Amino acid sequence: MELEKFELGATPLKESAIKDGSVLTLHKKPNLRYAWDNGVAIGRYLTELKEGRIIARKCNKCRRIMIPPRMFCELCWRPTDEWVYVRDTGTVNTFSICYVNWDASRIKEGEKPHIPAVIEIDGASPGMGILHVLGEVEPDKVKIGMKVRAVWKKPEEREGSITDILYFKPARG
Amino acid sequence: MAYQRVAIVGAGITKFVRRAQETGKELAAQASKMALESCGMTMKDIECVSLGTAPDAFDGVHMKGEYLSDGSGGWRKPYMRQFVGGGTGVFAPVHGWYHVASGMFDTCLVVCSEKMSSCHPHPQGAFKTIFDHTTEQPLNPTLIWIFALEMNRFMSTYGITKEEIALVSVKNKKNAMDHPAAQLPMEITVEDVMNSETLAWPVNRLDISPASDGAAAIVLASEHVAKRITDKPVWIDGVGWNLDSAYWATRDLYYPRYVEKAARMAYKMAGITEPQREIEIAEPYDPFDYKELHHMEGLLLADRGKAVEMLLDGKTQRDGDRPMCPSGGALGVGNPIAATGLMKIIEIFLQLRGEAGKRQVPGNPKCGLAQAWGDLMQVGTVVVMRI
Ligand SMILES: [Zn+2]
Repeated sequence: MELEKFELGATPLKESAIKDGSVLTLHKKPNLRYAWDNGVAIGRYLTELKEGRIIARKCNKCRRIMIPPRMFCELCWRPTDEWVYVRDTGTVNTFSICYVNWDASRIKEGEKPHIPAVIEIDGASPGMGILHVLGEVEPDKVKIGMKVRAVWKKPEEREGSITDILYFKPARG
Repeated sequence: MAYQRVAIVGAGITKFVRRAQETGKELAAQASKMALESCGMTMKDIECVSLGTAPDAFDGVHMKGEYLSDGSGGWRKPYMRQFVGGGTGVFAPVHGWYHVASGMFDTCLVVCSEKMSSCHPHPQGAFKTIFDHTTEQPLNPTLIWIFALEMNRFMSTYGITKEEIALVSVKNKKNAMDHPAAQLPMEITVEDVMNSETLAWPVNRLDISPASDGAAAIVLASEHVAKRITDKPVWIDGVGWNLDSAYWATRDLYYPRYVEKAARMAYKMAGITEPQREIEIAEPYDPFDYKELHHMEGLLLADRGKAVEMLLDGKTQRDGDRPMCPSGGALGVGNPIAATGLMKIIEIFLQLRGEAGKRQVPGNPKCGLAQAWGDLMQVGTVVVMRI
């Protein structure tokens, strides 16, 4: 029963056939908006970001200090116990140098690439990383293990969002 | 064990394409019809249907499982949708196995269908919603970020180069030249991969599988039914699945522990104690070239950090000692998310029966494995098959 013996279906279309209307298609933009509840842990996390601080949550059983904070420990499957401030410095666990935007469009000619990274935050348990982006650094200078520090928005511009940290930049010294 | 033994007795697949004129329903119906005809059955012989299809956002159809039900032959039958992102194509047959193994049914049609091209300009836009809505989406991530981050971690942990990883893409796209359903069969070199557009270093365009439309289907039967239908049933002897935490940035990105857990579950069920010796042929999930190596290690088919040596030694070629993705994989055949995993199951089915045509690996393998992976880099789904 080789596949060749099957009648293989599907007739591919070109993008141009959709654009010039030679095949009939329906275009629709659903106008959906969401207002998410931040919850207890992330609510406090965002409130602290607005104040220029990063807060984590500790589980007294496995003794992990977790970021982003969570009200339950997924390892011990029990409520976490205390709030702990951690630092706004960390170490690059891994990174990428990205030339496309979220919708797969290319960044503009001359625009600097995005440099997303997993950053292990100082004061949280080892290996505890968050997703953020790097700035004030040439892409070819970024290294795994590099020490970085948060660059914050001005206090009056902060709105209680992960983007209150503009990016992380190399920490000197 | 109190399970009924379950066999795959038939299979069908549509061509994987960038833009299909057919709807997801029509693709599902084509694959299902082929699967039934391949084993001389009709929908009347089918007692239940297991449907796999990944995020609704691709097709832009809410409740896509329900939408696809009539094209999948699920009309007035016990019908269930399975859904774990990229892992779906191996998750749906696992649930089909459940339906039959439990003794509840003797036959099950497993259908996987995906139409990614409905999402404009690119399904990557829909992928953004995979990330945490509060702590990650405001950073405008693309899904390629997490693959690039994982690939970089994998490379740096073991000292693997981009050129070495590119060999997976070269191998799989070449294997796909012999697959009639293939979307991106190509004869390319490592230089071609290296010179292709850098999307998110270390990921280049030719490191990635395409966005695809397509469907695949298989027919499952209990032992006494299977033996009536075919003299070459392929037995599903082990199934496993596992989901890791959504706090993906907290994990060791160089090693997929959840894939290992899923594999160990399937190996235990199949009585496999030495996977590197007993699994003769495999279809690890390869939406990115490094994932084939990453998954070979998670599946315990290579020691940690050593999958690349098997690749460089030619062991994972179709005529090598341990063929990986002889179909051409997601990189070559294409990646209509849910249908990809089932395409991999079908490849092992055909290979174990000696019916893979030009793709047939030498040596009459008796035991093979298909695996898929997805969600927020957190799910592993595994099926072990024997002739
Ligand atoms: Zn704990």
